[in-house]
Amino acid sequence: MTDAAGAVAEAGAEAYPRIVAALIRVTGDWTLAEDCAQEALAAALERWPRDGVPGNPGGWLMTAARNRAVDVLRRAAVERRKLRELALLTDPEPPPTGGDVVDDRLRLIFTCCHPALALEARVALTLRTVAGVPTADIARAFLVSESTMTRRITRAKTKIAAAGVPYRVPAGPALVERLPGVLAVLYLLFTRGYDADGEPAFATEAVRLARLLHTLMPEQPEVAGLLALVLLHHSRRAARRDADGNLLTLDEQDRSRWDGQAVAEGVALLDRAGDGPYALQARIAACHATAPTAADTDWPAIAACYDRLARLRPTPVVRLNRAVAHGFAYGPGPGLDLLAEARAGGALDDYPPALAAEAELTSRLGDRVRGAALFRAAAEQVRSEPERRALLRRAADVNR
Amino acid sequence: MKYMMFVCTDTEPDKDPSAAPDIEKWVAERDASGQRVTGSVFAPPSAATTVRVRDGELLLSDGPFAETKEVIVGFDLLECADLDEAIEVARAHPMAYGGRIELRPLVD
Repeated sequence: MTDAAGAVAEAGAEAYPRIVAALIRVTGDWTLAEDCAQEALAAALERWPRDGVPGNPGGWLMTAARNRAVDVLRRAAVERRKLRELALLTDPEPPPTGGDVVDDRLRLIFTCCHPALALEARVALTLRTVAGVPTADIARAFLVSESTMTRRITRAKTKIAAAGVPYRVPAGPALVERLPGVLAVLYLLFTRGYDADGEPAFATEAVRLARLLHTLMPEQPEVAGLLALVLLHHSRRAARRDADGNLLTLDEQDRSRWDGQAVAEGVALLDRAGDGPYALQARIAACHATAPTAADTDWPAIAACYDRLARLRPTPVVRLNRAVAHGFAYGPGPGLDLLAEARAGGALDDYPPALAAEAELTSRLGDRVRGAALFRAAAEQVRSEPERRALLRRAADVNR
Repeated sequence: MKYMMFVCTDTEPDKDPSAAPDIEKWVAERDASGQRVTGSVFAPPSAATTVRVRDGELLLSDGPFAETKEVIVGFDLLECADLDEAIEVARAHPMAYGGRIELRPLVD
């Protein structure tokens, strides 16, 4: 990559959502906003290598996108008010914080994540519009064709316009109600990238978006909690697989390859992250991330976090993880008891991690033959090939 | 924007019927705020007549065009700034608890 192309990528990553968000606010036209932002990037790729990188790359991109939008709208003869407002769009630098000034990007995120849109559409629209990810890449991650994904995104944009979804950050009690939905979209985006067969770039995008949201809403504890959580998980990205691409469990990973800077940033955020569901999960991740070796892991602290999380979100999966934490903190017996409670009524019957947990705790109890058999049964159930191999390796290890 | 609010029954109402707000109060407040343009309650689906014209011939049938367990029992026409405002109006209606409400924007 030439220096100029690198500068375009860097300035684009920073300025793209700001440009799209500002153009949507003024024109109300989502497709126009995206097209003009993309064309500005294309123009920069052509011009900067020849003319040099401008002093204010973000400002250059905003001006180019704005001029393009003015051209298009002039031809379409839209109202003068919009054109006047467009002409005033100049600096893509963030507005001064405080006061009533709402960052355009925040409006964009809340609108993309509006609960009147289907969850999958929210994730796709956020990726496309806020992060600028090409539709083809989104389609690949969702295992659909590009034309299907294009239709899904178009349908979401059409609904926003036709149903009168406001381009606004909700205030007061409405914000409290809507913020968890925004966080859920970002977290889903992250797990899409973090899953065994996921699209790794999405995890990076999710970290970037969570950081952006935290910058825009520093006073919201759960936003800090979500950012801490994704940073702490993401810190292990270089150590999660062996040379053959097999997934490694936490105790098998080379901890020197964990990203210490991401861990430090995540841990520092916990001070203002409160005790919501994301903060509790981040505290659990921090216990793992800060243990010098697997044997040093503070399992009683993790078990205590899961106790609190299970009170806030008593889902079968949370109760399963709580059982495992108790098993590691206080012995496999109590862990298996809690596991039986979590599985009551068949809640986790089709969930391979429940079998894997039973396998782990049973092996620790000393019944290695049964433990290995359970690991193999879990391997039968998983759909992802790296996870299947990891479970079969565990089966072989415990029965050695 | 104008939103047509279809008020429907639902096979799974809210568990606590006493949580639903009072309908008279809802109507009075939305009329006063100007958010409710008009509205009414429908006679039961058994009183419905469906009208079609095919090949120039008038076809009438007894009952609604689709037999479903959930039926539309009334409507309110809303005038709201955007979907969020319409959602706030709909969530305050007793049938959001006892049934469900569908919001459909009108094409201006």
